[in-house]
Amino acid sequence: MSITAETVKHVANLARLKVDESGLPALVRQLSDILGLVEQLNELDTGNVVPMSHALDQPMPERADEVTNSNRREAMLANAPDTSQGYFRVPKIIE
Amino acid sequence: MTYDPNYETVIGLEVHAQMLTRSKIFCGCPTTFGSEANGQICPVCAAFPGVLPVLNTELVRMAIKTGLAIRGTIRHHSEFARKNYFYPDLPAGYQISQFELPIIEGGELIIVAQDGVPKRIGMTRIHMEVDAGKSLHEGIQGASWVDLNRTGTPLLEIVSEPDLGTAQEAGDYLKKLRSILRYLQVCDGNMEEGSFRCDANVSVRKRGATRLGTRTELKNLNSIRNVMRAIEYEAERQIDALESGIPVVQETRLWDANQNVTRSMRGKEEAHDYRYFPEPDLPPLIISQQRIEAIREQLPELPDAKGQRFMSQLGLSEYDAGVLTASREMAMFFEETVRAGAQPKAAANWISVELLGRLNREGLDIEQSRVTPVHLGRLLVLIQNNEISGKMAKDVFDLMLASGTGPDQIVQERGLKQVSDSVAIGAIIDQVLAQNPQQVQQFRQGKTKVIGFLVGQVMKASQGQANPATVNALLQEKLSG
Amino acid sequence: MDPTQSTLVQAQGLLRTRQISAVELTQAFLERIDRINPVINAYITVDHDGALEAARAADRCLRAGNATPLTGIPIGVKDLFCTENVRTTCGSRMLANFRPPYESTVTRRLKEAGAVILGKTNMDEFAMGSSNETSFFGPVRNPWDIGRIPGGSSGGSAAALAAHLALATIGSDTGGSIRQPAALTGISGLKPTYGRISRYGMIAFASSLDQAGPLARDAADIAVVLQILAGHDPMDSTSIEADVPDYFNTLANRLDGLRIGIPEEYHPDGLDPEIRCALKEAERVLLDLGASIIPVSLPHTRYAIPTYYIIAPAEASSNLARYDGIRFGYRCQEPKDLNDLYTRTRSEGFGPEVRRRIMLGTYVLSSGYYDAYYRKAQKVRRLIAQDFHQAFEAVDLLLTPTTPGTAFPLGERVDDPVAMYLSDIFTINVNLAGLPGMSIPCGVDQRGLPIGMQMIAPVLKEERVLATAHAFQCATSWHQRQPEL
Repeated sequence: MSITAETVKHVANLARLKVDESGLPALVRQLSDILGLVEQLNELDTGNVVPMSHALDQPMPERADEVTNSNRREAMLANAPDTSQGYFRVPKIIE
Repeated sequence: MTYDPNYETVIGLEVHAQMLTRSKIFCGCPTTFGSEANGQICPVCAAFPGVLPVLNTELVRMAIKTGLAIRGTIRHHSEFARKNYFYPDLPAGYQISQFELPIIEGGELIIVAQDGVPKRIGMTRIHMEVDAGKSLHEGIQGASWVDLNRTGTPLLEIVSEPDLGTAQEAGDYLKKLRSILRYLQVCDGNMEEGSFRCDANVSVRKRGATRLGTRTELKNLNSIRNVMRAIEYEAERQIDALESGIPVVQETRLWDANQNVTRSMRGKEEAHDYRYFPEPDLPPLIISQQRIEAIREQLPELPDAKGQRFMSQLGLSEYDAGVLTASREMAMFFEETVRAGAQPKAAANWISVELLGRLNREGLDIEQSRVTPVHLGRLLVLIQNNEISGKMAKDVFDLMLASGTGPDQIVQERGLKQVSDSVAIGAIIDQVLAQNPQQVQQFRQGKTKVIGFLVGQVMKASQGQANPATVNALLQEKLSG
Repeated sequence: MDPTQSTLVQAQGLLRTRQISAVELTQAFLERIDRINPVINAYITVDHDGALEAARAADRCLRAGNATPLTGIPIGVKDLFCTENVRTTCGSRMLANFRPPYESTVTRRLKEAGAVILGKTNMDEFAMGSSNETSFFGPVRNPWDIGRIPGGSSGGSAAALAAHLALATIGSDTGGSIRQPAALTGISGLKPTYGRISRYGMIAFASSLDQAGPLARDAADIAVVLQILAGHDPMDSTSIEADVPDYFNTLANRLDGLRIGIPEEYHPDGLDPEIRCALKEAERVLLDLGASIIPVSLPHTRYAIPTYYIIAPAEASSNLARYDGIRFGYRCQEPKDLNDLYTRTRSEGFGPEVRRRIMLGTYVLSSGYYDAYYRKAQKVRRLIAQDFHQAFEAVDLLLTPTTPGTAFPLGERVDDPVAMYLSDIFTINVNLAGLPGMSIPCGVDQRGLPIGMQMIAPVLKEERVLATAHAFQCATSWHQRQPEL
């Protein structure tokens, strides 16, 4: 299975990653190699197999509806690269 | 606006209802509003590295309640999934939602169509998901500000089948759904504040066609009125386009409430590919039949059932039953009034005419009424027992509404108690007859209508406290004697 | 005696009998780290002040007689466990200055037990790698040959132990990231059952595969650390609610009646003959200890790598979406708009291997490919797990090589992701099935580089793996070999 440069660019956009034109051929080749590896799965008939999305079969725990957190604004903003008046600041979101 | 009779409109609604849990869906942050920006966030809801979600059990209970109320199927095995997209108010870069296996499937809601005939609206599904944060843009130079307080507030997404045919039906559906959620006490239903939000999928097709037309999704509908207006506009727009030979494009359109138009978001909208996959941090949600039954037993009486009971047991008209079950608070008010001794029909009249009329004038909800159901019930008992007249009761009622005091106190303080004592009334009558010999003469000559004047004089002399029936009887007796 | 040369259990004795104080022990390790770490690069952050403060507190507990088995024990922690107010980088430029406002459950439990956390160990960026060459903070070098890689992604945790820069370390294992570096550096490393140790505060790579675990000099030391870390955590919905056995007191000297399965698929024709030989010798030791050796088959073994390289990148592509330069972490200079903020922040903040895996994961989840890749891989994952369940009907434990080769030279596979991925061929299956697996040293190659063997047990049977490893280590001395530094 090979992947096209167009697809790589589309996927990069979905993932919010930049792909330089210079690095594109190498990335296309590497991703194609990996997908080549993945091809082997088609040998298997998995028609009746139930997909396994968790390592173990156990049900979901639930927590009580209790407020346990208090205002930690300062600590929650301390790592932010850009804040203003207690808000996270980002470039203008075009509506 | 009138629809082109050659076309029919097909509408499906997606409602996002904020659930009234105390804490957020996956962490212990509060869901109440009004704190400073980012004052109600923690590493979990703000999606810091390495944190994990733990599901709020109350949300599950609320989802099951809602599912039972709309007669949906509660799945014994449901799963959460991640919906991936980038946006500054979505800190994880994905929304934890449900996709292939939602907690509720199917169900129905009955609305009363314009012709008075009940119409069944099918429900597609209800699923649980997290709400996003908020961004501020206005008045900020070259930047937006992000507040994550709302992030992680639990939502139910409630999706109807495309069974709605008119804007009016869409409005009726939303009112009905909102009323049910309020009865269940799972959502406050406030559209303006965004705790009850609606997107509409609208398409049109030639009447009798079997295939659905291309639909558009309408957003930014922040009131039921706007939902209805947007649908009307959009249906007209699509019909006009088709009539002009222009195909409808599947897209999202924003309602502009100032201009009364929907506008395409084309160009501004990313090509979405949400890459849903099962949420690996949350195992499947397993719900036993036993748990469902326990919740079913605690379900409150819902508006339709209550209305039926009001009609069959309390003898109310369909109209009154409809008014009094429109909201949980209204029904509670009515039932408490009756419990306080009022006759149901009188209580229904007084609430729907006197009380609601006055509250409407003041722009108040029934929860804000200064007249309590117990006080109203007592007032109606006083009328029933002929202790005050119906006319006087309205004055007392106004005083109750203004002051919040009970009817007994007002009646006593103002000496308004109705007098039925024939000796006392007889004395007043004697006095009135003595002062009006001319009218007495006329009556005896056969002009019996003049008795109305004499009754009025007696009532006036008694300052309205005399029981009119007693006055009438005694007058007849004395004039004929 | 140099206390840095002791095992954890030996150091426990020294502390209990007051032959050494926790502060002295900690200082000895900090001095050794200052001397040797510049060569090995096993630690990204050394927390001198925090370690000494914890050591002083440990000494108070030891004096007061309320010590736990870990009180005063110097430990290194992989730099993906969030430590409150102590920089946690995940080996990435993206988090180079991140100081978490919260504590991971793993480090909280260590601290509550009185352990001394020396610092944060180096790792492949976001745990994505098998050689520790993708770290933003430079590669870790193998103490046995500093021209070679120590394995990854917990390369810093493994190398720190091999170089005696801690008595135990904590790693994480998504596809072999504890066991593979343990094998390549000649130490012992356990990946417990998925969910046995809480993932809360452990920076996620692939959520359905990630599991924390201890690395140490021998099975007894691992048992002591696991005892503290194992157990249910209400902060992690995938954490197992099951009793925790006494791992230390179930360690064994004999293995009578133990049925050990040898899966034929783990001995392919191309397997390094020295590794094949070392495993044969190990089988003989185990037979002598009373175990029986039974050939078994895990027919879907060869599909593990492709399955893993769909599931892990898919989950990673989503887990790593939160690194957007808004709330924490790296942000590009002067973004011109929102999209620029996202793409430049993420392209500059993540290294090439992380970007490659995000791309791969985004692709396999994207519209039109989900069924062909992701759902298919989840189905094959079940077949792989069923192989193990069937094998465990006939045997108690599986024995395999940990790696197909010994430590390779730095730079050899950097540009060949497929070759790099194949170095996890024997470990990945265990993560897909969620089972406990452990690597311990069982020989050396002609260069003197360590060879590891892997033991795999059914779900929650960590004590069986530890007991077997301990019996093996009582009968052999491979785990006592030390590199010259």
